[in-house]
Amino acid sequence: MGNYSLFSIVREGLRGNTGWTPAWRDPDPKPSYDAVIIGGGGHGLATAYYLAKLHGMKNIAVVEKGWIGGGNSGRNTTIIRSNYLYDASAAIYEHALQLWEGLSQELNYNIMMSHRGVLNLAHDDNEARQLKRRVEANRLNGVDAEYLGPKEIKEFCPILNTSPDIRYPVIGATLQRRGGTNRHDAVCWGYARAADALGVDIIQNCEVTEILTERGAVTGVRTSRGDIRTEKVASVTAGHTSVIAGMVGVRLPIESHPLQALVSEPLKPINPCVVMSNAVHVYCSQSDKGELVIGAGIDGHTSYTQRGSLDIIEHQMAAIIELFPIFSRLRMMRQWGGIVDVCPDASPIISKTEVGGFYVNGGWGTGGWKATPGSGHAFADLVANDTPNAIAAPFTLERFVTGDLVAEHGAAAVAH
Amino acid sequence: MFVITCPYCGERDQSEFAHAGEAHISRPTESETMTDAEWAEFLFMRDNTKGIHAERWIHAAGCRRFFNALRNTATDRFLAFYKIGEKPPEIDDVVPATPCGETVGSGNDAVKVERPPEAGR
Ligand SMILES: Cc1cc2nc3c(=O)[nH]c(=O)nc-3n(C[C@H](O)[C@H](O)[C@H](O)COP(=O)(O)OP(=O)(O)OC[C@H]3O[C@@H](n4cnc5c(N)ncnc54)[C@H](O)[C@@H]3O)c2cc1C
Ligand SMILES: [Zn+2]
Repeated sequence: MGNYSLFSIVREGLRGNTGWTPAWRDPDPKPSYDAVIIGGGGHGLATAYYLAKLHGMKNIAVVEKGWIGGGNSGRNTTIIRSNYLYDASAAIYEHALQLWEGLSQELNYNIMMSHRGVLNLAHDDNEARQLKRRVEANRLNGVDAEYLGPKEIKEFCPILNTSPDIRYPVIGATLQRRGGTNRHDAVCWGYARAADALGVDIIQNCEVTEILTERGAVTGVRTSRGDIRTEKVASVTAGHTSVIAGMVGVRLPIESHPLQALVSEPLKPINPCVVMSNAVHVYCSQSDKGELVIGAGIDGHTSYTQRGSLDIIEHQMAAIIELFPIFSRLRMMRQWGGIVDVCPDASPIISKTEVGGFYVNGGWGTGGWKATPGSGHAFADLVANDTPNAIAAPFTLERFVTGDLVAEHGAAAVAH
Repeated sequence: MFVITCPYCGERDQSEFAHAGEAHISRPTESETMTDAEWAEFLFMRDNTKGIHAERWIHAAGCRRFFNALRNTATDRFLAFYKIGEKPPEIDDVVPATPCGETVGSGNDAVKVERPPEAGR
């Protein structure tokens, strides 16, 4: 498979697009691998890519029960930012943002990264104080951050309702200009293609049903396409992290909840940035195709069904119409749900476990898309070397015993 | 969207209720002698079962009382509602018929492989 370039596009255009070949192979599982990654979402594919590229592990497989990117990676609203409060979070999300900035070039695949800017709104004095504090913390960590008043907000996003007369008036906002959105499928396909080119087997329609162990260490996985021997199993199965860990008796501080989103009919370009509000619980951006992409909060109950409740949608629609009165006559086209695995401190788990050779990357909750490259990069290091690197270290399972939590509810819970 | 039966008030719309996490977790009585790991287990570790799960709800916009329910989290079917302090009833639900434990119609249908249903819990 060759490189994509202006030349190859012109050549194929002239040849009627008959010369393109599949972007990655479709191999059957081999009897054994040096490492098996469970879960073909963005995080799993990124992990495989960095394992092969940076740690020289070429004999590895990604096994995915459905199709790659069919989980949260294909369901999320693709908002990317790194303006988290604590040092540990700023480190991993900023690491990811820097990788996003060069990823199209690195993967030779257009991920449609758009740094259009992300506004986080404040609706009362307390929230405004919290956001100002976050701007200062971000700057100390080298993360770009600005605080805007209502007038500047209106200049940056003219369709936003900044009238003081609404129920929850917009009194301020943070702006991260490097934040934005990208194309989720392209990220998965780009990582899959690049990992495949390094020899990684990407095996779809292959569900792990059991993890085999001997004397407290992993020896293989049982799948719907047969047994595979391996000494390293890395779970990257957002939503199902507890189910996979349960296969080897590892208990996790995770609960799985539905999270939904919806898109409108397409419009001409009208929303120039990403707007998020934690307090009224809605966020909105416009896709390159013109649809408004609108997200909400999680359903309060746990579930594995990828279906959300109607009252959440009612709530988010009420909020969106107050913030953007101009959208009041829009039709919504599609709604869907994903299952997000939520940790009590709203931070992820990147950790080895008491079972030898079993590693977990999960608990990203509602906001893990933005971390995809950074998460894969840090997790690959842990899987290859069996010790967490500086970026992954604060996110190990021990924090729930030591109490050294990374309590990111303010920056993470729901608004992405 | 659920219709939930409060054991005190009867059937109501889900929007009157709030989910309150896994049921039957009681506060430890000998807290002075507990290790950090035991505290972590009580505070943070949860079953998060895919299948029949016992959970607490509160009828927040009604009688404001807590109660428990059994629900299959793979299908979202409620199987029983019972009062705090009562034992969960013995329930036989048809366990979903795919390797991953989901029934057809519960989302992500394309990845489901049909298998004969197994009963019991
Ligand atoms: C509606 C919604 C909106 C969101 N919006 C944002 C956002 O704007 N910004 C942001 O940063 N984050 C957002 N998120 C969160 C983000 O999508 C996730 O944190 C992230 O995609 C997780 O990536 P992943 O690769 O770990 O998971 P996934 O893409 O879910 O991949 C896990 C894979 O594991 C597979 N799997 C599970 N069990 C097995 C098994 N037994 N055998 C084999 N394979 C298995 C699944 O099929 C799945 O493909 C959103 C999530 C949702 C649902
Ligand atoms: Zn009641």
